[in-house]
Amino acid sequence: MSTTTKAAPPGAGRRAAGEPRGGRFDSSLGLIMLLVLVVMAQGPIRRALSAPVTQSWMTVFVAVVLQALPFLVLGVLLSALIAVFVPPSFFARALPRRPALAVPVAGVAGAVLPGCECASVPVAGVLVRRGVTPAAALAFVLSAPAINPIVLTATAVAFPRDPEMVLARFVASLLVACAMGWLWQRLGRADWLRPPARPSFHGHGRGAAFWASVRHDVMHAGGFLVVGAMAAATLKAVVPASRLHGAADDPVVSILALAVLAVLLSICSEADAFVAASLSQFSLTARLAFLVVGPMIDLKLFAMQTGTFGRGFALRFAPATFVLALLMSVLVGAVLL
Amino acid sequence: MNRKAQAIVLFLIGGAVLRAGFTGLCLRYVKAGLRPLLLAAGVVLIAAAVATLWYERPRTADGDPRREEGDDGHSHREPRVSWLLVLPLFALILVAPPALGSYTAMHTGTALQRPWGFPALPAGDPLKLDVADYAGRAVYDHGRSLEHRRVEVTGFIALDGHGAPYLVRMALNCCAADAQPVKIGLIGRIPPVLQPDTWLQVTGTYTRKRTKDPVDGGAIPYLEVSGSRPVPAPHDPYDESWNG
Repeated sequence: MSTTTKAAPPGAGRRAAGEPRGGRFDSSLGLIMLLVLVVMAQGPIRRALSAPVTQSWMTVFVAVVLQALPFLVLGVLLSALIAVFVPPSFFARALPRRPALAVPVAGVAGAVLPGCECASVPVAGVLVRRGVTPAAALAFVLSAPAINPIVLTATAVAFPRDPEMVLARFVASLLVACAMGWLWQRLGRADWLRPPARPSFHGHGRGAAFWASVRHDVMHAGGFLVVGAMAAATLKAVVPASRLHGAADDPVVSILALAVLAVLLSICSEADAFVAASLSQFSLTARLAFLVVGPMIDLKLFAMQTGTFGRGFALRFAPATFVLALLMSVLVGAVLL
Repeated sequence: MNRKAQAIVLFLIGGAVLRAGFTGLCLRYVKAGLRPLLLAAGVVLIAAAVATLWYERPRTADGDPRREEGDDGHSHREPRVSWLLVLPLFALILVAPPALGSYTAMHTGTALQRPWGFPALPAGDPLKLDVADYAGRAVYDHGRSLEHRRVEVTGFIALDGHGAPYLVRMALNCCAADAQPVKIGLIGRIPPVLQPDTWLQVTGTYTRKRTKDPVDGGAIPYLEVSGSRPVPAPHDPYDESWNG
């Protein structure tokens, strides 16, 4: 498959679709040939993938993609609605003019997006394009997957004996989101934030613009979601869980271990509380770190942020988020748990 | 990838997701509660594909805005990564990998947790119990509610490195990425030939014997088997009930 991709010259499709293009790579034709080829070779492919390791890899891979898809579609629909039907002036009026104030408002507003992290990235992308100050949009993208009612309810259900865990998660996530927003406002440079060029959908009519935005975002964010799902499935198949359990004894190491695990596993924020609850040999603070870090930065999110905001941004933003989320969990854990 | 190819991919993914949702194939990968959402997502994807083709339909040259902008396949690098979307498509349509089974179960520690309580068990012989229910009562209630009862438990077979059999059910909260096994060791009248991943309905009685899971040190209870019979895999291979 990769050879097919590489064979595409950068200018492929320069001419309008439907025109004959001598010698150029036609992606529709390429796709159809690829489909036919894979269907013809399905016997050998299945045999090659019948080992237990590869099968469980594929199951996890398909599971992560399938599980994220409805939320991705929800986020994409929302962002297309905002892009087409909400005028930029709306956000100018809805958010405080001073960025320092807009950050916490946007952070708290994250509570209304009912979904996991896959929905929040496309929405944050459109917010930036609609003129919302990036600091506020970033606070939103960090807080939305962690503090919405669905996720908090799931946390309460998963920790029936530790209700303070819900409060700790809410407080720590909101604090990290706001801190990252303010940090970006102070230190962030506009040229780090380089969203890949987007075709403009103006002049097409609203229906066309809406569906063009949906198609573009699904193809784009979906591709990065696949990258993240492959990474998560690989780590789940390769990293033996037994390695982890030795780390539970040391308080510092255990917090670090669960924070790293949250990044590697890339579990949906609606389900991570149950996984955290089952890691019962770890301290509550370590599990809080798992719940705070996971929705803010993991492999799947990193891939999607790279796609939405550019690589230069993701490479700076992800480590800063990780460190801040880790520190804040320790702090909030010390106070509340 | 040009818009036509994108429409094809969107259509195929939407179709595959709808099929997985309608046939119950998706239960191998995600919780049952996600099914309506998956169906809705499939419909949206197909609608996006149809809309793309509709707006791309050949029109008279003048008044066609595409001419000024060109095909969007080149103006930015979006299309490259989009090719990866064919991977889950192939995985779902051609391979349709099985639900997580014995391999994952034996590489993951038991996820057994203290149950919220031990409600009184109904009368009946044999008593039908979930794997997690039996294991929870056996470990955390010391089998008090299980004494003198014949129980019937269904799960799939997993063998550890020494060939010792376990009856396993994977518990799932959202998708297979967070699935964790609950294991019961089997002793007594075990069938002579056990194939990993085959589903077995086991009848037996509580025993005090316990062991530690080699992966995470969690407690694994045992069941003294008096009889067993192979059963077909359940419609939903995962146990979604055990923690809410």
